[in-house]
Amino acid sequence: MSACPDKELLLHALVDGELDAGNVLALEAHVATCAGCAAELAAIREVKAQLKAAPLAYTAPQSLLDRLDAALTEAETPPAPLGRRGVRAETWVLSGTGAAIAASVALLAIIPTGASLQLELVDAQARSLEATHLVDVQTSDRHTVKPWFNGKVDFAPPVVDLAAQGYPLVGGRLDRVDGKRVAALVFHRQAHVINLFIWPGDAAAAPSLQQKDGYNLIRWGQGGLVFWAVSDCDPAALTGFQKDFAAATK
Amino acid sequence: MSGRLLPFRRSPTRAVASGPAGFSSGPRDVPRRAEPAGAAAPFPRPSEAPRFRELIAPHIDAAYSLARYLARDAAAAEDIAQEALLKAFRNIDALRGEEVKPWLMAIVRNAYFDWRRRDNGRTVTGPAAEVAMAETPTEDTSAEDALIRQGDVAALRRAIETIPEPFREALVLRDLEELSYRDVAKVTGVPMGTVMSRLARARRMLGERMGVMEATA
Repeated sequence: MSACPDKELLLHALVDGELDAGNVLALEAHVATCAGCAAELAAIREVKAQLKAAPLAYTAPQSLLDRLDAALTEAETPPAPLGRRGVRAETWVLSGTGAAIAASVALLAIIPTGASLQLELVDAQARSLEATHLVDVQTSDRHTVKPWFNGKVDFAPPVVDLAAQGYPLVGGRLDRVDGKRVAALVFHRQAHVINLFIWPGDAAAAPSLQQKDGYNLIRWGQGGLVFWAVSDCDPAALTGFQKDFAAATK
Repeated sequence: MSGRLLPFRRSPTRAVASGPAGFSSGPRDVPRRAEPAGAAAPFPRPSEAPRFRELIAPHIDAAYSLARYLARDAAAAEDIAQEALLKAFRNIDALRGEEVKPWLMAIVRNAYFDWRRRDNGRTVTGPAAEVAMAETPTEDTSAEDALIRQGDVAALRRAIETIPEPFREALVLRDLEELSYRDVAKVTGVPMGTVMSRLARARRMLGERMGVMEATA
């Protein structure tokens, strides 16, 4: 049994959500009375489901990222004898937080690592708020967000929706902090956005609240992972978020 | 833009960057399809780097993945992706109100064709399964198909690689990278009807091997 020849492409378009409402209705009415088209529709859905279930897209190898980074850094760097570390911090700052900070760039070369990491995180938060890069996978369903990270990062970030506690999960994103590929979960707190950056490493389990450029940051460690929550919401709200997240993922 | 050296080539890191299928800086006089406009800026300005990091960096994986599925070779894919990403960097000025991902995918695709032309058949790419299929059609494919039916990622990737190029490209852009029909048509330079029939062909080839579709439509 096979689909009607004139309907086959339309069945694919239906599964792909590429048909307008009128055609959807007409085709669904046809499928309801045509066993061949119904079977074909189910088969197309099955093929698509299997393609979706497996992480078939490749991720870029680290060597490519390194090559790109080297090329970009070279293009960005004026031919002055600047330290590598200073150059790197400068590029990150320029990419998001604007002229005010760019003006103080000269200072960065002598800021110790802890402070520049904070800057990177604040900057990644700022970048995430621009245009379209808040989330790569947009859904409040943690069962969608968690597998999405499979094969994209080499650890399994805990994913929970904290909507009941007032912090709905918006989605997930890959980000890059300190040259590492990190997982970023995005939550809302009323009108504010909370970015939660996660990567493997050791940090004290006790949360430490910090401030940088008007953003609040909380760092803590849990299960061999380092967590940094970054937001412009007030410190109490961010502290509450940390408590709820840590409790929900114990 | 013929004969122009990439600015990045002068870097001492280039020595490291040259893979097995490394690019020479030969003349680049072949007309491109879907080449972004604004190729006039000879060197990337430092001020463009942040814009590149914001706009392009989220799609680096997609660029590599498309290159990998087109070239079917890891080292070639890395070179193609790097070439495409640097080209995107140089032409980032041309990106005005366009969607970033389809724009970048078109550049990757062109870089792939450039690579294939330069490589001129020297690199043999594609899965061993393709050869195996041609020679011993029964046993090898049935073992492979069993893996595919278990959802084995490597086997599914090999199965995609055995799909002939125009169909494979449509499938990767739509089902893996989730571009709209309209964007796939723009990237591949064919009408939407052609995209639809290519996609249907590709899915049927996979569907047969998954055991969920019959051989004839």
